[in-house]
Amino acid sequence: MKTLRFITAGNVDDGKSTLIGRLLYDSDSIHTDQLGILNTLKKREDLDIDLSLITDGLRAEREQGITIDVAYKYFSTKKRKFIIADAPGHEQYTRNMITGASNSDVIILLVDARKGITTQTKRHASIGSLMGIKKAILAINKIDLVAYSEEVFYTIKMQFESIKKSLDFDEIMYVPLSALNGDNIVSKSGKTSWYNGAPLLEILENLQITEFINKESRFQVQWVIRPKDTDYHDYRGFAGTILSGSYAVGDKVKILPGHFETIITKIEKNQQSIDLSIAGDNVVLHFNDSIDIGRGDTIVKIDDLPYSSNQINTWVSWLDHEPLQLGKVYNLQHRFKNVRVKVEKINRKWNFNDWEFSKAHKIGLNDIAQISIRTNQPLFFDAFKKNSKTGNAILIDETNFNTVGALMFLEN
Amino acid sequence: MSKSTNYLDQLENEAIYILRETAAQFEKPALLFSGGKDSIVLVHLALKAFSPGKLPFPLVHIDTGHNFLETIKFRDYLVNQIGERLIIGNVNDSIKKYNLKESPGRFPSRNALQTYCLLDIIHEHEFDACIGGARRDEEKARAKERIFSVRDDFGQWDPKLQRPELWNILNGKVQKGNNVRVFPISNWTELDVWNYIQKNNIELPSLYFSHDRECIVHQDKLVATSDFIVPLPNDKVIIEKVRYRTLGDMTCTAAVPSKASSIQEVINDILKNRISERGETRLDDKISEAAMEDRKRQGYF
Repeated sequence: MKTLRFITAGNVDDGKSTLIGRLLYDSDSIHTDQLGILNTLKKREDLDIDLSLITDGLRAEREQGITIDVAYKYFSTKKRKFIIADAPGHEQYTRNMITGASNSDVIILLVDARKGITTQTKRHASIGSLMGIKKAILAINKIDLVAYSEEVFYTIKMQFESIKKSLDFDEIMYVPLSALNGDNIVSKSGKTSWYNGAPLLEILENLQITEFINKESRFQVQWVIRPKDTDYHDYRGFAGTILSGSYAVGDKVKILPGHFETIITKIEKNQQSIDLSIAGDNVVLHFNDSIDIGRGDTIVKIDDLPYSSNQINTWVSWLDHEPLQLGKVYNLQHRFKNVRVKVEKINRKWNFNDWEFSKAHKIGLNDIAQISIRTNQPLFFDAFKKNSKTGNAILIDETNFNTVGALMFLEN
Repeated sequence: MSKSTNYLDQLENEAIYILRETAAQFEKPALLFSGGKDSIVLVHLALKAFSPGKLPFPLVHIDTGHNFLETIKFRDYLVNQIGERLIIGNVNDSIKKYNLKESPGRFPSRNALQTYCLLDIIHEHEFDACIGGARRDEEKARAKERIFSVRDDFGQWDPKLQRPELWNILNGKVQKGNNVRVFPISNWTELDVWNYIQKNNIELPSLYFSHDRECIVHQDKLVATSDFIVPLPNDKVIIEKVRYRTLGDMTCTAAVPSKASSIQEVINDILKNRISERGETRLDDKISEAAMEDRKRQGYF
């Protein structure tokens, strides 16, 4: 089973840290000495240990009792390994949530059973969906505080069902739980006999994640292997990860931007020749002709070409304290290819709390918008919605080299 | 275990991806090699990433002067076997050069002093990226570390000014004088490392497996006797079957009682053990809750 990466969205009040602590604790993933440190830090009467303290790693976070940055937590069961992106929930830390979501297959939306769907739930759901997450779990927490009420559970489920059409999730699951008491976390709770689904951990263990093998075949050259010693004098291999789809020996391919056509003569994986390589594999490709190929070049099958353009409409999530400047030259990193780019126009800003678009002249930290950009040479890409491996890029400030924006390309 | 090993392939793919990205984006990278299992795995991954070519970076060992003899021997054996370049920085030289003061006490750690030596080596060789074997599961300050972690010319880590790292697009651009610490096995746990070692049959220093060793018992921890740790009259000295879970300085790394003499037996040990790696074996992380965060802020790995 492949590792499952998920992000937990919500804040401390919703019991987010308690939920993470519970998953780690109940799967025996917390080391006892780390619990010891926690015990000396703080004791709580309603629980032997404060599970929420497990997750906050920085001094400032413990002092302020909030999560500022994304922390990655690891646990595994007999079935699967899990990576949790623990990101802060407040609007002022939206960029951290974007970061966490970008590395997740699933989003767990934490809802306080007493409060139901809030503006924050909507914001987190829409950000998760925008970032390409296809599966959502609504964890309706603190179900103990509403007397394990089936009615409350269904009311919240209906609330979310009524808004889900604006979202791009393939699958949404609803689980009533109490992170504090452990209801429906590892095993089914006897107190929610009306609930037909599986406990949270079981859902996570069995979730199938998006496979990129069935998508269009995409490969970008990451590194050219050209040993200079005599044994491998004529060796010239093109190393990289199969981003999506598959490549086989004998495939007719096109090298972009040169538009050369050639044939794959050999595929190596871990120094062994293989006939077929699939999404996720690190491979070294060899071609029939000796063509000039370098880092960042795109290799695709001749009948399945990506967009090719230097005018791109794209989502941007702004990550920097300095606002976006129209007309300024930024560096754009499209995986292994760096080009220079100008933002020509802010088309519309997305108000993620009410899911409305509005006109905007300024984009600053945590803003999400649709913009038009122009690059100094064509990019070869897909729409992010269609392929989240080739439809994204980051914007870099050319003076201090900070990562200032995340781009998700729209259809061209 | 029903969990198949294809999750190990995922980890390997990710690490190779990061190593190639480092080679491609930086002018002068280096691989920080401590002689421990994590950096041995790193070397193994690097060989896979660039084969049949040579490694596009040298190995750098910051020798604290307090290392186990077995660690140093294994280092030289491995370097000779793979035929790659090794640069050694001696903390003893830095101590003389800067008149550094050793931390007091019977079990002094040279962790803080190591940083001086490392920064000198970085400046001398103009390294712009240093690849390390740190993992996010080791410690909670490390849980917040990026894959490409930008440091200024003092080597300082500022957790509040970290670059956002989206998807697996890695931004290695830095201003002159700054450098980047690269962590290809960030997402690995101790158990993953051992499972990987088993799957690939990677050779390790003998210290990792059960052997007889003379130790003193200090606060329930077993510290090997050596030139640096000489038993005092009141010490309880015992000979135990032990192995090392981490390889640090002889002065501050504890052994764990164990009969595990094969990789599989070590894995069984880890599955049963509920104490963290650093918590069980390091005498220097206990001082404060934020010990690692503070060291990293000052330029530590």
